[in-house]
Amino acid sequence: MEKTIAGKSITVNEEGYLTDFNQWDEKVGEELAAEANITLTPKHWEVLKYLQKEHKNQVALSIRKIGKSNVVDIKEFYQLFPSAPLKTATKIAGTPKPASCI
Amino acid sequence: MKNLVILGAGTAGTMMANHLHSHLKYPDWQINIIDEREEHHYQPGYLFLPFDIYEPEDIVKTIEEFIPKQVKLIKSKISRILPKENKIQLEGGNELAYDLLIIATGAKIAPEETEGMKGAEWQKSVFDFYTFEGALALRNKLRNWKGGKLVVHITEMPIKCPVAPLEFAFLADSFFKLKNMRDQVEITYVTPLSGAFTKPKATASLEHLLTEKNINIESDFAIERVDNEKKEIVDYGGKIIPFDILVTVPTNKGDDLMERSGMGDDLNFVPTDKATLQSKDYTNIFVLGDATNVPASKAGSVAHFEAEILTDNILRYIKGKPLKEEFDGHANCFIETGNGKALLIDFNYTHEPVEGSFPFPGIGPMSLLKESRINHMGKLAFRWIYWNVLLKGTHIPFVSATMSESGKNYN
Repeated sequence: MEKTIAGKSITVNEEGYLTDFNQWDEKVGEELAAEANITLTPKHWEVLKYLQKEHKNQVALSIRKIGKSNVVDIKEFYQLFPSAPLKTATKIAGTPKPASCI
Repeated sequence: MKNLVILGAGTAGTMMANHLHSHLKYPDWQINIIDEREEHHYQPGYLFLPFDIYEPEDIVKTIEEFIPKQVKLIKSKISRILPKENKIQLEGGNELAYDLLIIATGAKIAPEETEGMKGAEWQKSVFDFYTFEGALALRNKLRNWKGGKLVVHITEMPIKCPVAPLEFAFLADSFFKLKNMRDQVEITYVTPLSGAFTKPKATASLEHLLTEKNINIESDFAIERVDNEKKEIVDYGGKIIPFDILVTVPTNKGDDLMERSGMGDDLNFVPTDKATLQSKDYTNIFVLGDATNVPASKAGSVAHFEAEILTDNILRYIKGKPLKEEFDGHANCFIETGNGKALLIDFNYTHEPVEGSFPFPGIGPMSLLKESRINHMGKLAFRWIYWNVLLKGTHIPFVSATMSESGKNYN
């Protein structure tokens, strides 16, 4: 479905994840973060860039991987993106919801 | 003479030995299978041990009796795989060269991955049921338990048989009802997923059953530690769940051998082509069963379907023909729901479990994603099928290695 965000029209799936990463830019990211009641700090951006890089490299993401990323530890990841951090962070990063395999 | 070596004589390795020995014969080929253990366990039976439904002797046999005579069974610990030299190093220093290697070393629990899990309360009030010892310790605990908070918990995905913890919760509900003490037991199902299962339609059906059976569900729970003193589990977000008995499925990992050999991912699973089952790094190494990193369920049915396809591919590889990209992630699992009933699910990489009939479209006799008594009979009959048909590599009539879409309600 279509959604207007940061003044432009983007396509998202029924759970609100971007279906085309090319439609993502930092303004879109900020707005998606605001929807999740998160104000993005430089640390948030570091994590988001990491998620985007891994997505580009087709790496399957998991909480365990994030913990070993050297970007952020799991505890801090939860502080940055409370409750379900991987799902929230990937949504803001404009990457697909991680398939929790099987 | 060429050497084919199979590592692991569990479900997957044993099936491969049985499939291949009739094709790869002396004097052209010698098949070897290496495993340090004496016993072959029917792992799905671990689920029934804690509830006194199965006895230990129902689920334990020797490894020997399922290995064909022409196949050489080597009982030894494996020190390392040397994939660049095409050699296996056994404990004690002996080496075994191979032309073709099949890795079937499975997955096992790693409670030490979570802080406090294997602490003072381990097998006192914190249990697993993915090992024989764990399931027995839990049986002994449940026999005399007076009730309280029972927490059934999954640490992280992937795990063997992702439906087993749900089945455990359903069977616990039945067990305590039969003992007339259900009102003294609060059952909570705790999962790192956003719902009861990994696929949406099955999740809806299973959550309905949880509600019906008065089982609480706590989703999106990523465990940080087990607090042995306060008897509670704590997640990274600060959520706390108290327990009197914690039945956990710890992190599952591939064999340490992969770490020693530098062949595994961060959980010691072997990078494997999900359609051909060839190792991603070495063309003469194939991987099946729980040891792979393919995004299919870690389950005996998956190993069974993989074994049929891998047998073809190994024969093709030997003849220098291109491999078939045929494995579709097919899984077929019974889900015990308690009170003598069960569900059946049939799915693959791309098609989630839905309602329908199985194995004959429109006829059944088994129904998909719906509780029935005949599905439960199927689950119980499966133990016989496992020992007498499945391990021997005999094709199960009417059930194909790749999933069939007919008789199913996709909309």
